[in-house]
Amino acid sequence: MLNKIVDTLQAALADVRDGSTVLIGGFGGAGVPADLVDALIAQGAKDLTIVNNNAGNAEFGVAALLKAGRVRKIVCSYPRQTDSHVFDALYRAGKVELELVPQGTLSERMRAAGAGIGAFFTPTGYGTELANGKETRVIGGRGCVLEHALSGDVALIKAERGDRWGNLTYRKSARNFGPTMASAAKCTIAQVYETVELGGLDPECIVTPGIYVTRVVKVRRSPQRAQKAA
Amino acid sequence: MSYTKLTREQIAQRIALDIPEGAYVNLGIGMPTLVGNYLPRDREILLHSENGILGMGPAPAAGQADMDLINAGKEPVTLLTGGAYFHHTDSFAMMRGGHLDICVMGAFQVSADGDLANWHTGAKDAIPAVGGAMDLAVGAKNVWVMMEHLTKNGESKIVGQCTYPLTGIGVVKRIYTDLAVIEVTARGLVTGRLVPGLSFEELKRLTGVPLLPSGDRAAA
Repeated sequence: MLNKIVDTLQAALADVRDGSTVLIGGFGGAGVPADLVDALIAQGAKDLTIVNNNAGNAEFGVAALLKAGRVRKIVCSYPRQTDSHVFDALYRAGKVELELVPQGTLSERMRAAGAGIGAFFTPTGYGTELANGKETRVIGGRGCVLEHALSGDVALIKAERGDRWGNLTYRKSARNFGPTMASAAKCTIAQVYETVELGGLDPECIVTPGIYVTRVVKVRRSPQRAQKAA
Repeated sequence: MSYTKLTREQIAQRIALDIPEGAYVNLGIGMPTLVGNYLPRDREILLHSENGILGMGPAPAAGQADMDLINAGKEPVTLLTGGAYFHHTDSFAMMRGGHLDICVMGAFQVSADGDLANWHTGAKDAIPAVGGAMDLAVGAKNVWVMMEHLTKNGESKIVGQCTYPLTGIGVVKRIYTDLAVIEVTARGLVTGRLVPGLSFEELKRLTGVPLLPSGDRAAA
């Protein structure tokens, strides 16, 4: 019997290794797999490369991971926010490396990884600092930049519901990077608020089919946390 | 003659009235978000948010915030009846694939050729952050800029060549400032809708790059 549901966050993260590239879902506070990130801090893996849209809010989620000193490098589009003081301090002290990527390119690079595409040409960033050192080509009269696929050893994502085959649905704009990251990592771990029997998710509405998901772990909903994430 | 600069709200109002029925529109973070407050009620205009929303509605009533439903500025919003959610890669495919009719963005500088600089001051101690600005700049069918005409020091933000790091090359179609509306065309910067009391000559002097009159200067 295929059962991807694991009982504990510890079991879900047991094999994350030092030096891993970890894709972490979320945009601002929405869709952040905060329970998995907290469990990753407890698990102890270090020297991580983190891929996330932001570089953490306040001292929660990715910011907590940064504060714990586990992150060597962050790949993101928007590290600077009103409450990104943990990242700001580490960056200014030269303690964390930053690879800044336009948001759509970040997402598309992960999509490419999940779809078996090695690299692609995009007009985004052409002629800007973020194209420095990258191969360019004029295609159909437009300047384009070569961008390489971005894959993860692990993806940590937050979904709303999951079943034992790993099928997932999301809630509102908390979906954001989840489906793409799920496809782009060797091992995708989803935290969900509800697990359902097979057939409990409408097959017409499953957003992430289970083939992309390695493990599902149920967590408790914490309204307080959602508020903090804001 | 003396003139009064438009307020941010007045610029937002101008832009909102120029958005046609049925348009798919992305409003950038900051000043452009104000445009959403003035969209004509008799037009169906669909707002897109980069984090996976089409048909985004206004801010929720007090106490109704749902932190799973936020805009690009991470503030709580609502969804119009008929709106849709989708994942990030789909959302950016809409932006990068030329599906949005209009995006409105703020800017540090716009060049006479329509180059846009709006993501980074380039200052050594500044932490760079780009978000979706470069994707919108190259992807939307019409890039409109909303900004003050002059910096706090009185320098024109419309320039011959941008000195701030670029967001996109030759992408801006129209500039709404607190003094006028300027179309970026192959002929040059065609300028109209000057605020009452501001002469074209005075605007040219303030701007410092060549401007062409649009011929509809009276139509504010």
